[in-house]
Parts: sequence; structure tokens; C-alpha cells
Amino acid sequence: MNTLKDKATFKQAFIDTLPVMSGYLIMGAGFGMVMNSYGYPPYLSTLMAVCIYAGAMQYVGANLLFTGVSLFSVALTTFIVNARHIFYGLTMLEQYKKAGKEKPYLYFGLTDETYTLLSRPLSVKNKRAYRFYVTILNHSYWIAGCTLGALLGSAFPQVRGADFALTALFVVALVQSLEFHKRNDLPALIGAGATLLSLLIFGKDNFLLPAMGVIVALLLLLPEKEAKA
Amino acid sequence: MTTHTYLAIAMIALVTALLRFLPALLFSRMERTPRFVIRLGQDLPKAALGMLVVYCLKDLDFTSLQGYLPATVACVLAVFSYATKKSSLFSVLLSTIAYMLIMNLFF
Repeated sequence: MNTLKDKATFKQAFIDTLPVMSGYLIMGAGFGMVMNSYGYPPYLSTLMAVCIYAGAMQYVGANLLFTGVSLFSVALTTFIVNARHIFYGLTMLEQYKKAGKEKPYLYFGLTDETYTLLSRPLSVKNKRAYRFYVTILNHSYWIAGCTLGALLGSAFPQVRGADFALTALFVVALVQSLEFHKRNDLPALIGAGATLLSLLIFGKDNFLLPAMGVIVALLLLLPEKEAKA
Repeated sequence: MTTHTYLAIAMIALVTALLRFLPALLFSRMERTPRFVIRLGQDLPKAALGMLVVYCLKDLDFTSLQGYLPATVACVLAVFSYATKKSSLFSVLLSTIAYMLIMNLFF
């Protein structure tokens, strides 16, 4: 049960990624339209979806390209907007250790949504195939969304509010992760609390980095878990 | 399309990938992952979800009804439907449809 070809697991991965499909098609199409409005050709949207594959950063990036700021500013902005992704690689270290040739791709594809689906305890038997399928399915939804948005422009059917699926995905995953046990639920509270506090102090544009610093510091101060949780 | 456009895209791709690969680059060659990294790996998923939920709701605007009501109703619905039905797909669909209905019918 450790092969990358597994139909039943693919079906499960497809069902689990449906909320991501809805969110990525809408958000990706939005990005494609922004690129379109700046006068960039559709293939550039596809290129960015394939090789950057980061939602918020692509929106910011479209603007950076358009205004033509220096490469150093581009690098710094990317670091600040995407720094949270360090968390994701860190969490998946142990799980991804056993992966085979698909390992670099799994790390490459660690978006907020892929991370949310894969960092929770998995119930499928063939975990290796499941991780690979979830990663590649999400990536393909994103590429499809970005490309369609760029090709169709404002003709893309825009259903207002369908992108809420991504917020809902995070909210539900958070509730799902709660164990109603003081020690084990404290990290969730620290994550939300530190981020909220940082948002109130530093404002919308600069709150993630300070929040991450506080989160890591507080998590390291927590006492060890008793036995295995 | 100038060379700068392509270089900037390459730069964004490079830094993004580097951030995602960094922990693996730093720690996977070690025979034993350091204890503090394993501890962070265990606690971070929940902390990150808490962070992401706040991150997604950062644009809530409490000065107008439209700015916060649809999202608040949909989030409460997501939490309660998950607590009773225990199906994440069901809760995501239900709350998203509710959000879309409120947005499109009332605002």
C-alpha cells in the first residue's frame, strides 16, 4: 500500500479537495483577470500559477510587475507575504520523510490549503498517494483558475462569495483539530490570539511576521505533552 | 514583456519555494531532527490554523453590516454544523452557500 497509483485514494483526495477547487477556481480567475486588466498575455498568468503557486502573493506580484519595482523589493515583499510557509515545511518534516521521488514537489506545493488538508491526522490507508494527489489536484485547480480568468477576462462567471469556501475550510479544520483538552488546544488559542493581537497593533499589512515570532516563542515555552496525544 | 517581468516572476517563485523548502533543507540531513523542531511540528498545525482563520477574516469591516454580518453568520454556521454533523465537506458547503445567499440576496 505504498504506490502512487491508487484509484480509491484518488477518489478520496478528490472529494476532500472539493472546497479547495471552488476557492481556487474563483481566486485564480480573479488573479487572471487582474493580469488581463494590466495588459499581460494569458500565458504569463499560467506561468505564474505553475511556478509561483501562491494566492495572495500572485495578486501582490501582479502589481509589483506592473509598477516595475526593483528585484530586491520583490524578494523582500515575497518573504514578508509568504513567511508563514516556513511553518508548513516545518510541520511536514516527519510525515514527508518517507516520501519518494515526489518529495520536492510536496514541499513546493505546500500552500495554506494543501497544508490544512494534509497536516491533520489522515484516515486513508495509502498516505503517500493521498499526499501526492491532494498536492497535485490543488495545484491543477489553481492553474485552471488562473488560466481561465486570464483567457475569459470579465466573461468568467463571477459568483460573489464563492471564495468564502477557503475561509470555511480553515474554520472547519480548526474546529476539527480541537480535542477539548487544555494542553492540546492551547496552540490553537496561541495561534489565533497572537495573530489577532498583532493585527490590532501592526495593522493589516505587517502583522504576520510579528505574529509568527510570538507564536513560535510561546509554543516553545509550552510544557511537553504528557505521553502521546 | 520586458526581461524585468520574467526576472521578477523568477524571484517571487524562488523566494516562495525557498520558504517552503527551508525546514527540509536545514533539518533533513541531520540524523535526528532536533527535539524543538519535532515539538514545533506537533503544535504548529493548530497554531497555524488559528493564524489562518484570523488572516482570512482580517478584512472584516465593522463599520457596515455588509462588512461583517455575512462572514459572521457563515462562520457560526460552519462551527455548529460541524459540531453536530462531523462532516467537514458538508460544513464547508453549507456555510459557503449561506454566505453566497446572504451576500447576493441582501447586499
